[in-house]
Amino acid sequence: MKRLAAFGRFWWDFVIGDDWLVAALVVVAIGATAVLAVAGVTAWWLLPLAVPGILWLSLRRAIRSA
Amino acid sequence: MSTGDTFLFLSAFLASGVEFVEALTIVLAAGLARGWRSSLFGLGAATLVLAVVVAVLGPALTAIPLQALRLVVGALLLVFGLQWLRKAILRASGYKALHDEDEIFAREVAEARGVEHVERAGVDWYGFTLSFKGVLLEGLEVVFIVLTFGSAQGSIPLAAAGAAAALVLVAGIGVAVRAPLARVPENAMKFAVGVMLTTFGIFWSVEGAGADWPGSDAALLGVLGFVIVVSLLLVRLLQRERRSVVRAVEVEA
Repeated sequence: MKRLAAFGRFWWDFVIGDDWLVAALVVVAIGATAVLAVAGVTAWWLLPLAVPGILWLSLRRAIRSA
Repeated sequence: MSTGDTFLFLSAFLASGVEFVEALTIVLAAGLARGWRSSLFGLGAATLVLAVVVAVLGPALTAIPLQALRLVVGALLLVFGLQWLRKAILRASGYKALHDEDEIFAREVAEARGVEHVERAGVDWYGFTLSFKGVLLEGLEVVFIVLTFGSAQGSIPLAAAGAAAALVLVAGIGVAVRAPLARVPENAMKFAVGVMLTTFGIFWSVEGAGADWPGSDAALLGVLGFVIVVSLLLVRLLQRERRSVVRAVEVEA
């Protein structure tokens, strides 16, 4: 059980990293892009618009917790 | 070679190069502090495990439909890239200490020398484990980058060639100088890797989500320029903010 938890923690750290909010917001932004694309709306602009906001938010969180 | 292919090779080369420099520091520290036999056994064992991971995951990834693959890979690379970019921006703006291979090497050697010598099957166990874990962890990142980049761009061999070129270069210099590669501009390289991972992440996530880029593959250049400009602006903004905080503290003191 301990080894399984350590295995899970390794992959969490490897993929998600220090800030889980980045991963959550990236999933939301990609989901919103997919919804727009399915509805036939031009959607390529959404992610480039969201990424600077996500990065800024994550930087503020890192600075606050430092 | 198309724009996408050039980016693919360069990204795999840079990202793998950074990881190989870090792995080399650990192998050298284990070798010098605990003996080369155990360090090189650790390196060999980790390389074998990584080869098995590539042999299993490589063919499995190519069997997934391209759009689904780009969606998953794009999302993963974007999360990965933003982590790298956040650290790189914090370092460049002075909020985080710069990565220093000399300092890391000295710390690893000191720690390794302080541990009791335990031999199993003629190999120092601590030296073996230190080298094995270091190479495996850094190598897993290389495998992840090569397989995801390569499969989403439709050319795992080209991504592997980029990684192999970096390996030959880093290993060659490492064997020649037998010291950590402190002169490699590692912080700048990490910044570049963060930019490239984020660029590919945005590009493939949008395609995987079913949207089309204006100008198709050529849009990759536009995304790259955009990510560079945003990153540099954030560095400038945080540098200015940090300077004013330091000044305020000095005035108060």
